[in-house]
Amino acid sequence: MSEQPYSKNELMICVAARLFEDGTTCFIGTGIPMLAAMLAAKTTAPNLVPIFEFGGMGAILEDLPRAVGGARTFHKGLAASGICDTMETAQRGFVDYGFLGGAQIDPYGNLNSITIGDHDHPKARLPGSGGGNDVGSSCWQTIAIMQHQKRRFVPQVDVVTTPGYLTGPGAREEAGLPRGTGPAYVVSTLALMDYDPGTRRMRLKALNPGVTVEEVVGNTGFDLVMPGEIGQNAPPSAEELRLLRKEIDPEGLYI
Amino acid sequence: MNILQSGRGELIQPFDLDEFREWNRTKKSRKLVDKLMSEQEAVSKFVHDGCYIGTELYGTVRAPMSLAREVVRQGVKDLRVCGQGVLELDLWLAAGLVKKLDITYIGLEVYGTSPSLRRAVESGQVESCVEWSNGAITWRMKAAAMGVPFLPTRSMLGTGTLEYSAAKVVRDPFTGLKVALLPALILDAALIHVHRADRYGNCQVEGISGFAFEMARACKRLIISAEEIVPTEEIRKYPDRTMIPYYLVDAVVHAPFGSHPGEMAYVYGRDETAIKEWVRMSKTPEGAKAYLDKYVYGVEDHQEYLDLFGPARLDQLIAERERRE
Repeated sequence: MSEQPYSKNELMICVAARLFEDGTTCFIGTGIPMLAAMLAAKTTAPNLVPIFEFGGMGAILEDLPRAVGGARTFHKGLAASGICDTMETAQRGFVDYGFLGGAQIDPYGNLNSITIGDHDHPKARLPGSGGGNDVGSSCWQTIAIMQHQKRRFVPQVDVVTTPGYLTGPGAREEAGLPRGTGPAYVVSTLALMDYDPGTRRMRLKALNPGVTVEEVVGNTGFDLVMPGEIGQNAPPSAEELRLLRKEIDPEGLYI
Repeated sequence: MNILQSGRGELIQPFDLDEFREWNRTKKSRKLVDKLMSEQEAVSKFVHDGCYIGTELYGTVRAPMSLAREVVRQGVKDLRVCGQGVLELDLWLAAGLVKKLDITYIGLEVYGTSPSLRRAVESGQVESCVEWSNGAITWRMKAAAMGVPFLPTRSMLGTGTLEYSAAKVVRDPFTGLKVALLPALILDAALIHVHRADRYGNCQVEGISGFAFEMARACKRLIISAEEIVPTEEIRKYPDRTMIPYYLVDAVVHAPFGSHPGEMAYVYGRDETAIKEWVRMSKTPEGAKAYLDKYVYGVEDHQEYLDLFGPARLDQLIAERERRE
């Protein structure tokens, strides 16, 4: 345990990094997921195989990629392929995890990155699906990484860009999405959430140090499922902080 | 086949596969013809007002930036564009060249959403945005590359992405699975930047291939820009590396640092300072205009653009390149 001060983003990256399982394949989106994957690879998951949508597979993540197609996404990699291959690899069931971000998330884990407001006359035009929809459709489990704010945790996202559990139990299968896939966790700046297996709604799993249930509830725009027991996320260790600050993001782009 | 759901997006680029075959038969020479020309000549010959156009790879990575800037310089209007883009599509949007988008992702990656995209779409300057995933838009090109009218996928199902696309959902007649059918995409013009090409258009790429393979086979006109023009004997030494054979290509442009300010794997790194300049200036329309005035309209060609940065800066980018060792 560390007594050092740390930021909310640093803790979020640590909580996300601890979810990576060693020896698995994982689709990595741009931004915070890249930092989490790097931290995992340097700590608990040295045999993680990161996959980047434009073709990078099995890179040694020595320097933080700034683009999902940048050379750092296939640095000393196992393969430098193309987008059809990576997406088809996921569609065939070879990709265990997908790590994603979005502007909005709803109780069923659906993510929005298309527009805020009406699609055809938007209040804000966001970048679009990118590979997000493919990752959310085909990876076995997806993990969303989000800033925990009421305007982001909304009862209904404006446009379902990346599928979570859609409208609830059975909805993914009914829509034709591959069997047995779906969102597993949400890592936020306040807490770790998973999904209630019965209702497929987001459930509080563990609080970040110093955060109360009330604070999470107050920053969430819908009712979270409350389990009998709520866990606690460990603060960043001294080693995790050192890696993040000295090796992973020395320029402070994200932390 | 029963259509269970139709996306309400417009099919921006309707297609005719037999017409595409006829085009490939009559407009694409099988002879080794010298296609080396300048950016200016290539764009004026093959990119027209209203054409449907795409670029590869994207923005900060192996992007055809010298060609993208030339498109702005020539002021080609009413473009219909497919894509994932960062700087290249941002420039077109900021210059007001884009009328319709088959959009997958346009943003500034590490630096967030694109103010140029926001202004162009929220003001109504871009008339329609039809949504696709990155996988889907590439599979649309793959369908065209295969010469078939559509490909089925298990992406996009159940989402707003599908609702605002032009895909259709059907039940697969073999297994009964619901699948999304993605219509083929045949581009009028495609711009692809590669590591090396010969003057006939045989192209080789290092590192990831992105969607160059598919796009090169899904377009009527293909403009290649290359870091290096090599003799055909060099190509023949490594034929396994040839991703785009000459007969697909209409123009070959020699463009060293053609991806600047983006990177080129194993050749040079990205120019963070120059990228940040666009990020900063594009925040306002005035800033974006000042950037275009300086880096696009204010220079005659790619060489003059590079002169604005100078050899020391470019040497630095070479020193920062990705290395195989």
